[in-house]
Amino acid sequence: MAISASRGLAPALLAAAMTLYWSVYTAEGGELRAGVPAPARQAELVHMVRHDCGSCHGLTLAGGLGPALLPAALAIRPAEYVEQVILDGRPGTAMPPWRGLISEDDARWIARQLRDGFPNEALRER
Amino acid sequence: MRLCVNASVVRLCLLAGAMVPLAAAACPDAPPRGTGDLGLIVERAVGRLEVIETTGRTMLGRIEGLGDLSHASIVYSRDGRYGFVFGRDGGLTKVDLLCPRIERRVMQAGDSIGGAISQDGRLIAVENYTPGGVKVFSAETLELLADIPTEYADGKRAKVVGLADAPGNRFVFSLFEAGEIWVADLSDPQRPALEKFRSIGKEPYDALITPDGRYYLAGLFGEDGLALLDLWHPERGVRRVLDGYGRGEEKLPVYKMPHLRGWALAGRYAYLPAVGRHEVLVVDTTTWTEAGRIRVAGQPVFVMARPDGRQVWVNFALPDNDTVQVIDTESRAVMTTLKPGKAVLHLEFTPRGEAVWISARDDDRVIVYDTASFVPLAEIQADKPSGIFLTARAFRIGL
Repeated sequence: MAISASRGLAPALLAAAMTLYWSVYTAEGGELRAGVPAPARQAELVHMVRHDCGSCHGLTLAGGLGPALLPAALAIRPAEYVEQVILDGRPGTAMPPWRGLISEDDARWIARQLRDGFPNEALRER
Repeated sequence: MRLCVNASVVRLCLLAGAMVPLAAAACPDAPPRGTGDLGLIVERAVGRLEVIETTGRTMLGRIEGLGDLSHASIVYSRDGRYGFVFGRDGGLTKVDLLCPRIERRVMQAGDSIGGAISQDGRLIAVENYTPGGVKVFSAETLELLADIPTEYADGKRAKVVGLADAPGNRFVFSLFEAGEIWVADLSDPQRPALEKFRSIGKEPYDALITPDGRYYLAGLFGEDGLALLDLWHPERGVRRVLDGYGRGEEKLPVYKMPHLRGWALAGRYAYLPAVGRHEVLVVDTTTWTEAGRIRVAGQPVFVMARPDGRQVWVNFALPDNDTVQVIDTESRAVMTTLKPGKAVLHLEFTPRGEAVWISARDDDRVIVYDTASFVPLAEIQADKPSGIFLTARAFRIGL
């Protein structure tokens, strides 16, 4: 029951929250060096991190072949470091460079979301 | 059939939010049926399984409450009635396909990557990342029988990959960080006898065992090549095959680790995914030397032979994960390229190979193709489907 009820609400709520976040974030200006991914792109990135990064780091990001990406595990790392690892990988390990599939803005956004607790995917209307 | 009406299980289903009417009511009235055409589809994000049948190509029921099923895999009891599901979160769940419900479930580790069933069907082994090791359970009760921590170097525990069953109630597996292959003989489950092969290569990432149970082959991520153990002659040690197949070229970024289990053996040739290259490697299994390589659309993830060995089907890592290619094993040419959907994760042939079931995660569906005409025959809706496992696996070594 909980699932069917949230199916209708969650996408709308998430979209509203993302739009709000986006406008507030954009308005701050100082944070905004090149830009923040648009809400639709953010939804794609959430999906990508959960499912594709998740193939090594786990769907819950609690770790797997790759290390955990939960806030507690990343607390000692500056967001800039995480951003750079996403873009350029870690040579000598299984972490590949994702530059080419995602932009610098995307990587920066992902790094910040990871630091703050990565969002769950909106359940799709079916 | 009385077994199916089990009060404690119904309570369990309620707790897990399962479809109780199906589990409690539908089963006692169900006519008797065999299990040879049954299977399970993993719905990875919602922790649910679909029970399907491959004769009419329909879904028969759902089983909920299995936790984190990302990267989940399944082995089957030899009667084909029960599936043993290895969940990412360390959950080991025994499910009943005839009466779709959870039979038993234990949380046995923090982070688990797969498992295997013993030759005699009595033991279930689970390979774990955290804490690193293999645990062995009773297939009947899921009671823990043996715990094998994979300690290496200064007391650290390695992640376990490539666990396979071998004749003689043995399990063979590889240690990712340690670069070792261990053979555990569980003839006496209380006292596992271990044989360890060290320095087999850098970062084994997955492995397979040949259908006759003789050769164990571990793929290496940290270097170009594979490590081969002849289980008929363990005294000869592990030897390297396809050493330096990348010829020193820089490999491409690997966005998804290839899988070796369920590999492709067609006649005397094995077809293997190259790591970080758009190639399928062909190996002559009589000499274990390279017999050729086939250029494909992307980095292969699964390379699977149709059961008759005439075709090899390949899916790919990001960004080519909407594509499946079919190789004709006689000419070693790509004979067709299919676009089944977004994020193709897995493919499974029917036992005799007239059809193949392919999961498209981001399209929330599984498509069944005719393997002669490549025409889609059916489509099954599923939430973020990943692995597809048919009960015919119950009768094959290494699956």
